[in-house]
Amino acid sequence: MTPPASHPEALLTMEDLWVRFHTRTGIVEAVRGIGLSVGREKLGIVGESGSGKTMTGRAILQLIRPPGEITARRMDFQGIDLLAADERQMRQIRGERISMVMQDPKFSLNPVMTVGRQIEEAYRTHTKAGGREAREKSLEMLDAVKIRDPRRVYDLYPHEVSGGMGQRIMIAMMLIPDPELLIADEPTSALDVTVQMQVLAILDDLVSQRGMGLMFISHDLNLVASFCDRVVIMYAGRIVETCRADRLEEAQHPYTRGLLASLPEVDRPVATLPTLNRQDSWREEPGVDAFL
Amino acid sequence: MPSSEPGAAPLIEVESLDVVFGYGAQAVHAVRDVSFQVMAGETYGLVGESGSGKSTVLRALSGLNPDWSGNLRLGGRALGRERDRAFYKRVQMVFQDPYGSLHPRHTVDRALGEPARIHGLDRVDRRIEQVLLDVGLGPAFRFRYPHQLSGGQRQRVAVARCLMLEPEVLLLDEPTSALDVSVQAEILNLLGRLRREHGLTYILVSHNLAVIAQMCDRLAVMNAGRVVEEMSVAQLRAAEPTQPYTRQLLTASRGYDRAAAEAMESFD
Repeated sequence: MTPPASHPEALLTMEDLWVRFHTRTGIVEAVRGIGLSVGREKLGIVGESGSGKTMTGRAILQLIRPPGEITARRMDFQGIDLLAADERQMRQIRGERISMVMQDPKFSLNPVMTVGRQIEEAYRTHTKAGGREAREKSLEMLDAVKIRDPRRVYDLYPHEVSGGMGQRIMIAMMLIPDPELLIADEPTSALDVTVQMQVLAILDDLVSQRGMGLMFISHDLNLVASFCDRVVIMYAGRIVETCRADRLEEAQHPYTRGLLASLPEVDRPVATLPTLNRQDSWREEPGVDAFL
Repeated sequence: MPSSEPGAAPLIEVESLDVVFGYGAQAVHAVRDVSFQVMAGETYGLVGESGSGKSTVLRALSGLNPDWSGNLRLGGRALGRERDRAFYKRVQMVFQDPYGSLHPRHTVDRALGEPARIHGLDRVDRRIEQVLLDVGLGPAFRFRYPHQLSGGQRQRVAVARCLMLEPEVLLLDEPTSALDVSVQAEILNLLGRLRREHGLTYILVSHNLAVIAQMCDRLAVMNAGRVVEEMSVAQLRAAEPTQPYTRQLLTASRGYDRAAAEAMESFD
């Protein structure tokens, strides 16, 4: 179960991570003792709503507020113990070394600041760059995320851009400090498929060319299978299975198999889609670890 | 295939539909010269990306948006800007967000009873029991509130509410895109079964080509307010789309491919 030390290529290693919420009606366990590591790779975390995949991402950045509580035997990022880090240290890590793209740009962008200034701010907070350089760099970044007219978009407010554009702006903002690890929580599910492909290509290049680590949280199994290197399948707060992404079709766990079967496919018509027959035992059985 | 019957009259006709929002320089031409016909018993798909106009077509048909021009017909009769009760007895709509489409402080019983009371139907009790069974929920759900239901159960209630009036047509606007894939499969199966059992006609709007291929007989691909291409699902599967836009959608629906992503074009 317990690896002796971090894999030399791991950026982040967590062991026995729990996320609990203390509520009036008892303790809700959102994440129940998972272990995984992320290297300079594309690691997909898949599961349905309530499986704990988003909470896992948020726990890494200590973004869970009371009554939520994070515990782990180990949470190591490049030699830094994230659980022992205080708020000041976390602020130096968040954004600069580990960045996170959230699902909905509507709630993540500042409504009273132009998008250009927000991207600039992200850059200047983490570098000593001057105004002109920050502007140049922001425009470059907007161009990199396939915003067609960066100069025009730079001066727009968040309510003036579409959802898809807002998401690309978010991604630009998160990538501009050049993080070592990017946690992307459903980063493309609000995007049209064609834009989605382009945004994924950007992330793909960042991993292969700059050696960034990517934790890609998604409910879309086909997308994860075709995009990621490794996949972790979560159910009820545990990892039920992990495998190479290109081997997802060969997955063994009945939950994974059930999810795959329930997806309609253009090329494979069926009279009735197989539905998932959930077993209580899936909740109870011990999870597996997903170390490098 | 209902569409192949010669001489059969279409149930729904959309002819040269145009929808413009706003005025002057601010005007947005959301739907441009869209025409298609749907046969009785058919499932017709409208597929496209956000802003393609697919939902706007559905909203014009349903009477939710009176600002349109062109011709809309149901069973051969022209539809006006305002719809009467008789129209809604025949045509009902299911929305994307099942939580937003149910009143948070009304029980399932009240949500289901309302359309029946508006239309002055009798045997409301019996009807409610029946539609709950039809959508696979059963009597235990009758006095629950929306927050006590899962997303899939809420969407079942929304479908049940439509069925209360025993309509002929259901307009489905992204009915499963807010649901987990395993729940999506359940709702798609439910919709397929209800269509067969009740002889319903569907127009299904979705951005998901696989969902359209699973459910529909024929489909129209929309982009920037226009129908780019109309085809049967068999033609789609046989990879016969002639338009580059449709080919691109089909490629994208098969998952990520670095080379394909590089070749993606913008079509607006």
